[in-house]
Amino acid sequence: MADVITYRDAVAEGIAREMRRDPSVVCLGEDIGAAGGVFKTTVGLYDEFGPDRIRDTPISEQAIVGAAMGAAMTGIRPVAEIMFSDFLACCWDYLANEIPKVRYMTGGQVTVPLVIRTANGGGLGFGAQHSQAVENWALTVPGLKIAAPSNPADVVGLMAAAIRSDDPVVFFEHKGLFASKGTPAPPEHVVELGQAGIVREGSDVTVVALASTVPTALAAAERLAPEDISAEVIDLRCLIPLDVRTVLTSLQHTSRLVIVEENPYQGGWGATLASLVADEGFDLLDAPIKRIASACVPLPFADALEERVIPTTDSVTDQIRRLMAY
Amino acid sequence: MTGTSTQQAGQLDAAALLSLYEQMSVIRRTEKAAHDLFMSGLVKGTTHLAAGHEAVAVGASAALRPDDYVFATYRGHHHAIARGATPEECLAELMSKATGLCRGKGGSMHLTKVDTGMLGSYAIVGSHLPMAAGAAWSAQVRGTGQVAVAFFGDGATNIGAFHEALNLAAVWQLPVLFICENNFYMEYTPISSVTPVANPAADRAPGYGIPGEVIDGNDVLTVHDAVARAAERARAGDGPTVIEAQTYRHYGHSRTDPAKYRPDGELEQWLERDPLTVAHRHLTQLGIAGDELAQADSRAEQVVANAVDAAKNAPDADPAEAFTDVWADGGSTWRT
Repeated sequence: MADVITYRDAVAEGIAREMRRDPSVVCLGEDIGAAGGVFKTTVGLYDEFGPDRIRDTPISEQAIVGAAMGAAMTGIRPVAEIMFSDFLACCWDYLANEIPKVRYMTGGQVTVPLVIRTANGGGLGFGAQHSQAVENWALTVPGLKIAAPSNPADVVGLMAAAIRSDDPVVFFEHKGLFASKGTPAPPEHVVELGQAGIVREGSDVTVVALASTVPTALAAAERLAPEDISAEVIDLRCLIPLDVRTVLTSLQHTSRLVIVEENPYQGGWGATLASLVADEGFDLLDAPIKRIASACVPLPFADALEERVIPTTDSVTDQIRRLMAY
Repeated sequence: MTGTSTQQAGQLDAAALLSLYEQMSVIRRTEKAAHDLFMSGLVKGTTHLAAGHEAVAVGASAALRPDDYVFATYRGHHHAIARGATPEECLAELMSKATGLCRGKGGSMHLTKVDTGMLGSYAIVGSHLPMAAGAAWSAQVRGTGQVAVAFFGDGATNIGAFHEALNLAAVWQLPVLFICENNFYMEYTPISSVTPVANPAADRAPGYGIPGEVIDGNDVLTVHDAVARAAERARAGDGPTVIEAQTYRHYGHSRTDPAKYRPDGELEQWLERDPLTVAHRHLTQLGIAGDELAQADSRAEQVVANAVDAAKNAPDADPAEAFTDVWADGGSTWRT
């Protein structure tokens, strides 16, 4: 086993492990077959599992997700790829009205074990229609589970949990992290959905992050260490189920909370987390909750503009420093 | 009433046809009961009645296997009953009762009975066509020989999901039947005024390399035979079929629609070819006596009267049900 693996390769590895384990797992999506995926996240799957289990589709997002739903309702476990998360809007009916509601409105008659994988987020200069972080869209819909890994081992572990879940999971792979490297996942690695990870221990401030903002938060924490600011970084890993307990437990010894989101400030997941902490952990706080999120503008193209919009190590470091001075 | 499921095209005998007639009679009376219960304040929300469409649901269901999958629309009472739901379960659901098909969480537009192959009624127009394609794909992957059927209205043919589903079904050669109930009105507007082809479903099918057939949707025998042929084709691996069954709804689009936009005489013309009347004529020609038909109607009347009573007397939906069935563990917890 290699010492390190890329996030990109971990996606294919995570899917392959589940397909070997369970013959009812099938994949569908645009360019996922012989082409190996536009982000090269399905490389090798077509060769190993063949066209019956790795199905190329037309550019038809409604058909992809709608068919995945019908298939999941009738005995197989589809893993559907929506290439860029922006394109979830093209099949939003299925995420907002069909998949999350069908169990409920049929009085529990239907099980929908499906995964919708998608490349989320900015940082690569793809412009406003290929760069959004849209996990907050899914968060508004009761009935969807939401995973968003930040490192290769979690990609594999969360993929295992997502595919084995009898509930529908939207799986956000961050396109800005595809080239990043990390420790490979051990055999049989499963990361339970709704289990946050403490990726850096600290005593002065709790920094809650997700996917791309985890490395940003870690970099900020390292930069602040020489200033005697000890930041604890929590990788939320999932938005639903939401691990509020780990956040409140951390606040018991840090008493300060910073939330770092890539989605726009308006309606971001951090607002839900902040309101929960205000509701249930107000006594734990010695300072206001600070949310750092993307600006409420469409993602611009040029690097210099994009950097102004998305949270950066500089902006996170600066905001934590200010909060510590409160 | 699924005893004819192994019948092939053209093989329905008089006894089988009488059984289908009785089933249509049950559905017609259930729809009337739903209407009356609504008017007396015992059904809330809205209802979309399918009186007039019975031959499509009953003829098609009789040509399917019990383990085939059916997906329907918000106008789906007739499909639910043709597919094995009882009038009592359906009316109880409409009346917000604990004994309803979905225990009060579905309502008129979401009648579902998975264990008899009724995989749901979906109230976003056209959304279930890709689902039916997916169920057919699942059957293909598992090698079960099952087919999936999507029943939909003429209005769904101008939705993107219709076109995406047909294309995918054709390119993957899926065992799926797309059955359009063309009642000539999408809600309040004539379909012809917003569609550039005469037959909104069947005329589009060749564009996807799929056979498209227009049939008399008020003749239960015609529907049965067309669906039996298409299902046979699908099971043989020859892919999807589009069937456009021309029919007519006796009521307006929904409870609040008196259907005043219909030209004078149009309803009366269709009533002459009412599915029950057409089946009645077939049965008379096959030598079924008038008293046998009257007995079938009488049995249907009794079934529905009993269903109304049972549904009225059933307990109300349990408020605790509001917090069950979001997740597979039965609960709705979203956080720690």
